[in-house]
Amino acid sequence: MATKGKDLGETLLAVEAIGLSFGGVTALAEVSFDIREHEIRAIIGPNGAGKSSMLNVINGFYQPQQGRITYRGRTRRTMRPHQAAAEGIARTFQNIALFKGMSTLDNIMTGRSIRMRRNILWQALYWGPARTEDLEHRAVVERIIDFLEIQAIRKTPVGRLPYGLQKRVELGRALAMEPTLLLLDEPMAGMNVEEKEDMSRFILDVNEEFGTTIALIEHDMGVVMDISDRIVVLDYGRKIADGAPDAVRHDPGVIDAYLGATHD
Amino acid sequence: MDMLYAVFIAPFVDMASDPVFLAEVVIGGLLTGIMYSLVALGFVLIFKASGVFNFAQGVMVLFAALTLVGLMERGVPVWLALVLTVAAMVLLAYAIEWLMLRHLINQDEIILFMATIGLSFVLQGLGEMMWGSNVKPLDIGIPDRSFELWGILLNEFDLFAAAVGAVMVAVLAVFFHYTRIGRALRAVADDHQAAMSVGIPLKTIWIIVWSVAGFVGLVAGIMWGAKSGVQFSLSLIALKALPVLMLGGFTSIPGAILGGLIIGVGEKVAEIYWGPLIGGAIENWFAYVLALTFLVFRPQGLFGERIIERV
Repeated sequence: MATKGKDLGETLLAVEAIGLSFGGVTALAEVSFDIREHEIRAIIGPNGAGKSSMLNVINGFYQPQQGRITYRGRTRRTMRPHQAAAEGIARTFQNIALFKGMSTLDNIMTGRSIRMRRNILWQALYWGPARTEDLEHRAVVERIIDFLEIQAIRKTPVGRLPYGLQKRVELGRALAMEPTLLLLDEPMAGMNVEEKEDMSRFILDVNEEFGTTIALIEHDMGVVMDISDRIVVLDYGRKIADGAPDAVRHDPGVIDAYLGATHD
Repeated sequence: MDMLYAVFIAPFVDMASDPVFLAEVVIGGLLTGIMYSLVALGFVLIFKASGVFNFAQGVMVLFAALTLVGLMERGVPVWLALVLTVAAMVLLAYAIEWLMLRHLINQDEIILFMATIGLSFVLQGLGEMMWGSNVKPLDIGIPDRSFELWGILLNEFDLFAAAVGAVMVAVLAVFFHYTRIGRALRAVADDHQAAMSVGIPLKTIWIIVWSVAGFVGLVAGIMWGAKSGVQFSLSLIALKALPVLMLGGFTSIPGAILGGLIIGVGEKVAEIYWGPLIGGAIENWFAYVLALTFLVFRPQGLFGERIIERV
C-alpha cells in the first residue's frame, strides 16, 4: 500500500462527456473523469461496461461522437493513434498485440520508433548518425529488459513465449516509449498468483521510479484495491462511481453492478 | 527397361560426356534464375511489409517498363526517362495508399488481396491507355554480346542482369534486417494496430514499401523488357515468380534469390536433358512441379518464417 496517500499532481488528462456508439449500440455515454499526474488510475466495471472502449478513445483508436479530451492542457475533439504515441501515450492490449515473428528485443525496439530522429535516408544507409542513434536506443531497451527481468528471452521470437511473459514483453514495448501516460488493458488477465504479484510490482515500480502516470483496466479486485490511487467504475457505458478505493468498495451502486442487482 | 534407362541413366551419361555444355546450361539457368528472383523480390517486399500477396506486382513490372519506353519514344533521354519513371512509381505508391490501402486498415488479408486483383486490372488499363498496347522494343544501351570464357559461351547482358540482381538483393537484405524502417516494416506486417500504438506511421511505411516494390518492378521490367520487348505478356512473368516464392518462402529475400536460382537451373536442365523424352517444352510448367514437390516437404519454403503459434 506504498502508494496510498501520496500527493497527486496536476490533471494530466481529462475526458468530458464522452459519447461513443457503434451503429445503434451505445458503448459510452456522458463519461467524464480525469487522470492526474503520477497517479495509478483504475477503470473497472463488469464485462461490456465500456472500459476498453474508453482506453481506445484515449489513444485514438476510436473517435467518439461526443465529448472532449484534454491532454497536457490541450483540448481536442478526438485523438489519433500516432498523435497519442508522439505525445507520450503508450498502451498494452487485452489480447496481447505483439509482433509474433520478431524477437523480444526487436519487439521492444519498435517502442523506440517515435523517438528516432534521423531521417529515412540515413536509416536506409544505416550509416553515421543513424547508427550511433540506434546504439543509444539499444541501451535504453537493454535497461528495460533488465528492469522487467527478461534477459533470458531477449532473442526468443515472442510467439513461442508463454502468456505471462508475452504480457511482460508487451509492457516492455510500451515502456520503451518512455510514456507520460501508460494505458494497461487487463495486464494481469490469465495470470497465476505469482505472475500477478510480479506484474503488480512492475506497475508500482514504473509508477514510483519513473513517475509514469498509469491508467489500467483490471478485473482482479484485490489487485485493483491494492495498487490504485483512484478508481472509476463504469457500467453499461456510464460512470457509476469515482473515487478512492475504500469509497468505491462500499458504494451501493458499485456493489449492485457487480452482484447483478436488477436495474429498474 | 529402355524407358528406365532413358529416364534415369541416359541424361546423366549425356551430362558427363559433355561437361562444358552442362556448365553452359547451368550458367544459363542461373542467369535466368536471377531474373526470376528480381520479379519475386517485389512480391516478397510487399508481403513482408503488409502481409498481402500483391497480385498486381506483375502488372507493376509492365506498367514501369511501359512508362519508361513510352517516355523514351517521345524523345526523352534515357537517364531522364529513368528518373521520371521512378518518380511515377513513387506517385503510384502514394495513389495506392491514398485510394486503396488507408481504407482497408485492419481488414482481413483476403480483402486486401482482392483489392490488389482489382488494382492489377486498373493499372493494366491505365498503362495501355497512356502508352498504347503494341509491342515496344526497349534498348537502354546495355551491351548484348556473347563471349567465351574457358570454352563456355557467356552473354554480357545476362551477366549484367545478374550483377544488378545481386546488388539489389544485398541492399534490400541489409535494409530489412538492420534498419529501424526494416523493423517498422516487419512490425506493420505483424499487427497494424500494435504498430500504430507505438507510433509507427502506417501510411508512410506503406508508401515506402510500395515505392520500393515499384522500383524493383522497374528494374525487373527493364531487364525482361530488353530481352523480349515490352508488351502485355511481360505481366505474366509474375507467374514465373510464383514457384520461386513457394520455394523460397514469401517472407525471405535470400529465399527469393535462392528460389529463383533453383527454379532457373532446374527448368533449364530438365528442358535440355529430359525434355526430349516427352516432346519438349516442359520449361513452362516444370517450375511448378519442382515447387509443389518442395512444398510437400517444407511448407514454409526454404527460408520462410516458421509459423509458430501456441494453441
